[in-house]
Amino acid sequence: MIITVKKPLPELLEMLGGAKKVAIVGCDSCAAACRTGGAPEIDQMAQALEDRGFQVVARVLPQECCHKLLVRKELKVLPDTGVEAVVCLACGSGVQTVADNVCLPVYPANDTSFLGQVERVGIFHEYCRMCGQCVLGRTGGICPVTRCAKGLVDGPCGGQKNGKCEVDPENDCAWIAIYERLKALGREDLLFSPAPIRDHSAQAHPKHLDLRGTKP
Amino acid sequence: MLQNALTHQQFAVTAELAPPKGWDFSHQIQVAKTLQRQVHGINVTDMQSACLKASSLGLCIALKQAGLEPILQITGRDRNRMGIVSDLLSAAAFGIDTVLCLTGDHPKVGDHPGAKPVYDLDSVGILQAVRQMEEGRDCGGSPLSGTPPTFFKGAVVTPVYEPLALQILKLRQKVDAGAQFIQTQCVFQTDQLTRLLDAMDKARITVPVMAGVLPLKSAGMARYMNEKVPGVTVPADQLQRLEEAAQEGRRTGVKGLAQRLGIQMAAELIAQIRDAGLCAGVHVMAVGAEEQVPKILALAGL
Ligand code: SF4
Ligand code: SF4
Repeated sequence: MIITVKKPLPELLEMLGGAKKVAIVGCDSCAAACRTGGAPEIDQMAQALEDRGFQVVARVLPQECCHKLLVRKELKVLPDTGVEAVVCLACGSGVQTVADNVCLPVYPANDTSFLGQVERVGIFHEYCRMCGQCVLGRTGGICPVTRCAKGLVDGPCGGQKNGKCEVDPENDCAWIAIYERLKALGREDLLFSPAPIRDHSAQAHPKHLDLRGTKP
Repeated sequence: MLQNALTHQQFAVTAELAPPKGWDFSHQIQVAKTLQRQVHGINVTDMQSACLKASSLGLCIALKQAGLEPILQITGRDRNRMGIVSDLLSAAAFGIDTVLCLTGDHPKVGDHPGAKPVYDLDSVGILQAVRQMEEGRDCGGSPLSGTPPTFFKGAVVTPVYEPLALQILKLRQKVDAGAQFIQTQCVFQTDQLTRLLDAMDKARITVPVMAGVLPLKSAGMARYMNEKVPGVTVPADQLQRLEEAAQEGRRTGVKGLAQRLGIQMAAELIAQIRDAGLCAGVHVMAVGAEEQVPKILALAGL
């Protein structure tokens, strides 16, 4: 799931500038789960904007805001409303998908933070940063690229203190977790030799994937 | 010089020196000159603790030109593989032949917390890159022009670490990747060191080890290190002796008693390590008090 957090309202108001008639577009998937873009958040945003003299001319809640064709359909209502700007309560991909479909300024109400594991409702952890070269097979299913603050793939730095990371003592040192897991699995041998030097071209942006015509 | 001492099994001594947060190297060069007779190399730090300083390469060149023996510390924090190899080629051009490869402290713990951390290569990756240079290729596999450089390559280990077996696993990788000497994070008593040496013996890692020694300046510094600095533990009795020295100083009005004790304790530890033949040498880290190093070494009989 893509984890988003709300921007402070003043930041959004500054972006809106002189626009008066605004539409609010949410996302009923990730942003709804993050409490940044579901139905209640759209209503709160509408209230906050109306309190400050804006006119909210449309509220749209697509099932997924990052789905281009779906969003195009949902946004068909906009042109008749006299809307001057769109406030989008989705992730960065959702905001751009809205912008792809309208010729209007589209402003993000959220900051997009990470790809999260849902530990339980409302609690998320970053487990994968989508490096394009998964090393989990040699690290006991615990990602050092993401969960080690330095993204070290060969083993730990010397910086843990009482099992906590030198960079942020709130975090457990990923490498101790990896070591304990590998020990439990009887696979410490995976750490006998260094990982292959990483190929960061796997992280060249932007990436695309086209499955059409590549079906087996 | 360090390589010479270690291969001829002399008790090797290095000291650490930080470049200034500025461009006037005269103090550093002067301190380095006073150290010259007692050490086999001077480690020049690469923005230690992630605090911005002039570059290690810059001061290493200045020391080399002053006829001294610098050891280039190089971390993966600020440079990707291209930056690292490129700096190492320049180092070779100035006759700098000894490097210490480290992962590096994270920018978040330093004075530029908003800086982008690089970590394209970690300590092991840097060692591999150096080896590849020595074979005449860069990290991309393209040939280097002319004679390939050769370096005497070092790495570090943290002896006070739980689980130590995990440090040993990484140490093995460093040695396999070409590390020819190891400097340790600072130890304060010999059992912190022997625990590491025993584990290395068991793992059949035979590379020469230089024990990190740090002269404490005060009980406050010791307490700070225990709380904040990873991989460092000042034993309770040493902390107490420092406190007593400070009290004594307050009572008698004599300044600097705690620092004098710290120097004495560091010298005693060095002498113990050498006399017992525990390891190949010592590496003295006198953060900010480098001018005391000659005295420490003299007290230790070096
Ligand atoms: S190594 Fe980590 S960041 Fe890369 S794909 Fe696997 S889980 Fe994701
Ligand atoms: S302390 Fe552990 S998690 Fe933190 S940077 Fe070092 S190895 Fe990575």
